[in-house]
Amino acid sequence: MAYNLKEVAKKPERFTGGHRMCAGCGAPVVARQILRALKPEDHAVIGSATGCLEVSTFIYPYTAWKDSFIHNAFENSAVTVAGAEAAYVAMKRKGKISGDTKFIAFGGDGGTYDIGIQSLSGAMERGHDMVYVCYDNGAYMNTGIQRSSATPKYADTTTSPAGKEIPGKQQWRKDLTEIMVNHHIPYVAQTAAIGNMKDLYEKAEKAIYTKGPAFLNVLAPCPRGWQYNTPDLMELNRLAVETCFWPLYEVIDGKYIVNYKPKNKLPVKDFLKVQGRFKHLFRAGNEQMLEEIQAEVDKRWAELLRLAGEEA
Amino acid sequence: MSIRERMSGNEAMAVAMKQINPDVVAAFPITPSTEVPQYFSTYVADGVVDTEFVAVESEHSAMSACVGAQAAGARAMTATSANGLALMWEVLYIAAASRLPIVMACVNRTLSGPLNIHNDHSDSMGARDSGWIQLYSENNQEAYDNMLMAHRIGEHPDVVLPVMVCQDGFITSHAIENIELLEDDKVKAFVGEYKPEMYLLDKENPIAVGPLDHFTHCFEHKRQQAQAMMNAKKVILEVSEEFYKLTGRKYELFEEYNTDGADVAIVVLNSTAGTAKYVADQYKAQGKKVAVIKPRVFRPFPVDEIAVALSKYKAIAIMDKADSFNAAGGPLFTDVTSAMYAKGVLSPKVINYIYGIGGRDVKSNDIEKVVEKLFEISGTGKVDEVYNYLGVRE
Amino acid sequence: MSKKELKDVAIDVNWKDITPGGAIPYAGNAHLYKTGDWRSMKPVWIEEKCKQCLLCYPVCPDTSILVNEEGKRVDFDYDHCKGCGVCVKVCPFKAIDFVEEGK
Repeated sequence: MAYNLKEVAKKPERFTGGHRMCAGCGAPVVARQILRALKPEDHAVIGSATGCLEVSTFIYPYTAWKDSFIHNAFENSAVTVAGAEAAYVAMKRKGKISGDTKFIAFGGDGGTYDIGIQSLSGAMERGHDMVYVCYDNGAYMNTGIQRSSATPKYADTTTSPAGKEIPGKQQWRKDLTEIMVNHHIPYVAQTAAIGNMKDLYEKAEKAIYTKGPAFLNVLAPCPRGWQYNTPDLMELNRLAVETCFWPLYEVIDGKYIVNYKPKNKLPVKDFLKVQGRFKHLFRAGNEQMLEEIQAEVDKRWAELLRLAGEEA
Repeated sequence: MSIRERMSGNEAMAVAMKQINPDVVAAFPITPSTEVPQYFSTYVADGVVDTEFVAVESEHSAMSACVGAQAAGARAMTATSANGLALMWEVLYIAAASRLPIVMACVNRTLSGPLNIHNDHSDSMGARDSGWIQLYSENNQEAYDNMLMAHRIGEHPDVVLPVMVCQDGFITSHAIENIELLEDDKVKAFVGEYKPEMYLLDKENPIAVGPLDHFTHCFEHKRQQAQAMMNAKKVILEVSEEFYKLTGRKYELFEEYNTDGADVAIVVLNSTAGTAKYVADQYKAQGKKVAVIKPRVFRPFPVDEIAVALSKYKAIAIMDKADSFNAAGGPLFTDVTSAMYAKGVLSPKVINYIYGIGGRDVKSNDIEKVVEKLFEISGTGKVDEVYNYLGVRE
Repeated sequence: MSKKELKDVAIDVNWKDITPGGAIPYAGNAHLYKTGDWRSMKPVWIEEKCKQCLLCYPVCPDTSILVNEEGKRVDFDYDHCKGCGVCVKVCPFKAIDFVEEGK
């Protein structure tokens, strides 16, 4: 069935207000839409790594999750949900439970790219029927904006400050989506909350209803860490996609599909200049850094198109 | 009637797990516990259990998967030793605090560093504050029996805590001894079904597990957890009594051996207790009496009962197969003497021996040195050194 | 999903009565916690200009724009709206005003 915003809007809400995420945070927007992709009659077990999403949505005694939810520790969201999935398989086999339960693990880029990569890799490799959603805001936001391997090069963070000698983070972002593709799992996708949410919703639906492990990497702008005014959330998501900083693509059983090729690919500096964490790049004398970033974005975009068998 | 068999301590624990037939086993290999998940994997591959075996990529993930599975409403088990237990350290605390009655086979091996695969108790002693119930086993029979009782203890509504069953790595885990097994159907009837009140897979009543718990409520949760551990003592005795009626094998909080007429006692855990009992028998043949007290339940620590049991002795040697490196005594010594003092048992002279570290062999003539020292103290009433090392080359 | 009524746990609950292990059997009860007082700016729905395109409801981080059974958005849930202004910017018909709270 083709995506219809109005039809999807009628589905029950599985994520309530009353949580303590920052006003304008990009992560709950992602969580709401992912959960919306569940069929109303399906039960779900949601897990989250320690991080902004978890500490703000389950502060005793309030939980913003209408489904069953488990938080264990920082680095083990994937394997905790995998354990619940194994329990489900065993209990269903013994006839102790019935019906369909879906398993969704959330983690920030900290709990996914870095400290959580081992447990994510293991869970995906073992083939558990679950989805792992990384809400990528590009730093360890919950502890106050420290660099992660997902932080873009030259971004100002508290452990990679734009200082007098060193202008921000010195390493390129790790490409976790590609690492997950190389686990040879049935479904991997990179997506963002843009426009009417079609891309995010459809990919969430595919991920949840594909048998076996699935991985979604979703951009989640952070107004505090990225230093922009909260109302601009959707504009930031849009610019990330239109500059090809955050390409929208899927890999289904190893086959690459680029979902969106901008007709007018915007220069990456359009995305960078609206964020305070990159303001030092716009000072005179730092042009070469902007060129470097553009070259890297172009290189990765060209590589992605090549993998999808497309022309640049 | 029971089944007479002979097998290693590891196989005994694996057989217990087979008969329990848990829903999920998530384990990672580490010497000397590796055989437990290996045996279990054979059972899975041969279809003799209904368990979902999760071959996790680390021990941290093993315990995390157990937490997820147990919270989901399933019985989850694992097995580990030494640094495997150390790697799961943070998750042990989470499992206990989240009140998930996971059962673990802990085959005691020394913690690194340096790297050493042999037996001492530094691993499980390192986890003594994690909130897990800890049961120690002298031999394969006790390991098997403790595993069978573990779920009944941990899942009891007054308790709801995870349980680790310990036995000595290599010494009993790899030694083949006689054992009496219980029939499958008797085990099934004894262990029963796991019926949690709240579980993730409950569609009608979804729950949230693992909150951010601020200072407004955290202390109350921890106090409640502490009470569960206090309640465990009574439950352990009740379950053990039921087990005795079923098998004829009696288990209490600790074993008291050769206490009649003894003025001196040795307090010692696991396999070395076997050597100590042998030495006690040798002395008895010469008309001399030394008692051997072998704790089975280390967590919860049986303060009242230990204090009463030790009050009659003139001299006591507490043997620790783990060093706390606190410039004072080992963990067993600390807990026992604290219990005695708190209960006003002040007259016995108590000394500590750190022994067997890194798998250093403990022979009967080592124990004899301890006994001779105890007779000396009992006679003179004087202690020259409270803190001692036994078996290290001086 | 839960058929249970949403419940709270008292701030002064004692250790005997507190839910074991910190688990909560009242899924979605964060709804009882009001975050509306976080606002310094406030969105105002101008119903006459609203074309019910529904582009606003999914961008709300706080589930404060609800959609009724007929698939139409209703007024803001001011108990939970934090005044982030994302919906204000997203509306193509300028049907959401952004004003200072308390004025």
